[in-house]
Amino acid sequence: MSRSIFSRRGAARAADPGDRVFAALVAAMSSVVILLVVGFVVLLTIDSMPSIKRFGLGFLSGSIWNPVETEINHLNFGALPYIFGTVVTSVIALVIATPLALGSAIFVSEYAPSWLGKPVSFIIELLVAIPSVAYGIWGLFVLVPLMRGTVEPFLQQILGHIPILGALVDGPPFGQDLLTGGVVLSIMILPTILSLSREIIAQVPRLQKEGMLALGATRWEVLSQAILPYARGGIIGAAMLGLARAIGETMAVTMVIGNSSTKIGASLFTPGYTIASAIANQFTEADSEIYFSAIVELGLVLLLVASVFNIASRFLVSRLTRRTGANNA
Amino acid sequence: MSPNDGQATGAPASEGRMMRSLSDVIQDRGSAAVAADGSGADVGKGIQIRKLSAYYGTHQALENIDFDINPGVVTAIIGPSGCGKSTMIRCLNRMHEVIRGASVTGSVLVDGKDIYASDANPTRIRRNIGMVFQKPNPFPTRSIYENVITGLKLNLKRKSKREYDEVVEKSLRAVALWDEVKDKLHDSGTALSGGQQQRLCIARAIAIEPEILLLDEPASALDPTATMKIEDLLFELKTRYTIVLVTHNMQQAARASDITAFFIADERHVGHLVESGPTRQIFMTPSDKRTEDYISGRLG
Amino acid sequence: MRRDPEGGKFLRRRAAGAASIAVASILAFASVAILFVIVGHVVVNGIGSLNADFFTKIPKPYGESGGGIAQAIMGTVMMLLLAAVIAIPFGVGTAIYIVEFGRGRFAEVVRFAVELLAELPSIVVGVFVWALVVRNLTGYSGIAGSLALAIIMIPIIARGVEEILKLVPDSLREAALALGTPKWKVVVFIVIPTVLPGILTGIMLSVARAAGETAPLLLTALGNSFFNFDLRKPMAAMPLQIYTYAVSPYDDWHAKAWASTLVLIGLVGILSGAVKFFTRRWKHESQ
Repeated sequence: MSRSIFSRRGAARAADPGDRVFAALVAAMSSVVILLVVGFVVLLTIDSMPSIKRFGLGFLSGSIWNPVETEINHLNFGALPYIFGTVVTSVIALVIATPLALGSAIFVSEYAPSWLGKPVSFIIELLVAIPSVAYGIWGLFVLVPLMRGTVEPFLQQILGHIPILGALVDGPPFGQDLLTGGVVLSIMILPTILSLSREIIAQVPRLQKEGMLALGATRWEVLSQAILPYARGGIIGAAMLGLARAIGETMAVTMVIGNSSTKIGASLFTPGYTIASAIANQFTEADSEIYFSAIVELGLVLLLVASVFNIASRFLVSRLTRRTGANNA
Repeated sequence: MSPNDGQATGAPASEGRMMRSLSDVIQDRGSAAVAADGSGADVGKGIQIRKLSAYYGTHQALENIDFDINPGVVTAIIGPSGCGKSTMIRCLNRMHEVIRGASVTGSVLVDGKDIYASDANPTRIRRNIGMVFQKPNPFPTRSIYENVITGLKLNLKRKSKREYDEVVEKSLRAVALWDEVKDKLHDSGTALSGGQQQRLCIARAIAIEPEILLLDEPASALDPTATMKIEDLLFELKTRYTIVLVTHNMQQAARASDITAFFIADERHVGHLVESGPTRQIFMTPSDKRTEDYISGRLG
Repeated sequence: MRRDPEGGKFLRRRAAGAASIAVASILAFASVAILFVIVGHVVVNGIGSLNADFFTKIPKPYGESGGGIAQAIMGTVMMLLLAAVIAIPFGVGTAIYIVEFGRGRFAEVVRFAVELLAELPSIVVGVFVWALVVRNLTGYSGIAGSLALAIIMIPIIARGVEEILKLVPDSLREAALALGTPKWKVVVFIVIPTVLPGILTGIMLSVARAAGETAPLLLTALGNSFFNFDLRKPMAAMPLQIYTYAVSPYDDWHAKAWASTLVLIGLVGILSGAVKFFTRRWKHESQ
């Protein structure tokens, strides 16, 4: 947390009048950032109030999302199917992306010579620059047919008869479903987890590594006995940041997840919604105050959950960095 | 002090001079040291340090310093590392306080005024007291020419191009750099050698015409030849400025200073002044055992 | 009981080591392959529809072939420009505050707020801007779109510039301070010029990120099939156009969606690739 000398106490006393004006100016500009964060929470909470008052916790636990009042179906907003979709796709994304990212991070920082490791991590990290909508169109026109025609039937073939796993691949393979949403998300969070893991592995004190190598340990032993145990907390933090991003990701998921069924079931082949895709799909359709309020409440849930994971991630990573800092000092 | 002494010892650098023993150097400087008690006239202004203590957060680095720095001479501050000598010099132009948590008690009188008075303005004080740092630090995006006039341009009234030209030439001549750079004034300052960069930094400091010049181990990053040039420069400059030089190099203190102050930090006390006096006296007949140990190389 | 326990153990250790290298390499190259697969598909599917009309004409109605996405390219450029104008002072100002002036609790809060803002789901930014300005003040409009993009850019700029300012050695600030320079002049005339290329890089990176944002624009700029130079009216943008075309049932529009994606990725990819390259080189040189 090195800051410049100017930010340190004692320096501001008897400041030049110009300094006072300039400091006030930049402080005002940074206040805008704080105001924005507060504004997000306040405004979204205010607009969610009608929905919060009417449905209370039922908003999170109810599974009927019916925006239109009819004689048979009462108007109700229960977001559980969306929450379920978000959880399922995010977990799939993590399960696929974490080993890929961690393996790549280990490769580029421990095994590969730097002439190879640097371009490899550079290329993988370029994935972060690809716009969400580009993943969406690729997912829609390339991945969905591939999942429908090849991957999902294949999974059904090998897993279909195993008792518990079979339920995951039950039903007709649509292609546009939770599994595909999770796969697209996994690619999108791969660079996030990779670059953070790489930084964390680099934090492992060199002495610790070199000491073991000097004692005749193989690189794998150094990795499994010195580096990974040391970096574990930070790598969990990296995965959490990936999770925070997966939860909030909208366009790519919206384009491949199906956006139709609100059924909660075991099968990953069910078309579904995530919280984010529900907002994107229904926002402009919200024609009543309560409908709009329910959608804003979805946004509020998204905001809070993503922020919690973000904060938890930073906490885990910074704890590791601090410890390392103390070691090196 | 006769001008001849300054001339003799300020002669061009020679490797041979580096090789000679401390006592030889002191013998040469004999008569210069005599003038060191400050009878040296009305050039520059003196500094009086009174009951000065300095802290980094809760850690005390200097304790109760009382010390006078006379105008017109070079005062060297020596001592083992960690004795607070750099902290000492940074307290003289209020640069100590820019470090996080750093604070000062006591007072430093420059020209009879306490620079730590509540109404004192640190920026204005620093304009009157030039400072040169351990590592040469020219502004990398500025040319040699711009480096010299940065202080003028940023902090003093605008001048004409011709006046700036004059300041640049005068300042660069004063540090014996003019002939080396006059054809490439608009090249980047960082393209110069380390010794040239340090002289550029001195030129930059004197361009705003301070009365006092503080040098914090100015030659510690330089090779012997460049070091010699800086030392020669001090002889030239002390006729115009009150100079305080922090150094860990005793040869340098012996060669370049008229007055030497020895600082130390030990188990019982944080950094404090052990003794001060004419350089010759400190090096030849120190009154404190610790000074003798340090000078003879038994300490730090 | 093994006869040669040391030898067997040695072989096992070697085998485990070799296996771990193999697994890590495979995972790394699978990850690299993903980028090439995606970009490859975009190039192959998109390049055929790129022609002069694509860049200069607006979309034709359903069924008619031809036309282009000129209005979307223009909308993206206009909204990005306005967003940058809004975001740069706040982003740079915040970074300057954190690095050069921030002390104590408030600076920590600012830094924390920047982190939170940086990781906000972009769709939430859309909801916020809709509730803040679209609903009662501006309606669906280019201004609202720019505001949403600016909110996304501010934390990216602030974080990038913060990193860059930290690279300026304190010795430079001390050199200027010792000349009797007030702090604000040290920042404006010494620190910032020294790292200007790095600051511009950070700004460019934020523009690249914002250029690809779709979700917030869906709720703010809405999209438009016609040329519109009026920021107070609904405005088209490339990512919106891609989304609309991709989810439509027409093959011709699908082809145009791929082509637009190619243009967008080209723009964003070149921009951020160049940024990364220059940042590394620049950091390298400044050390």
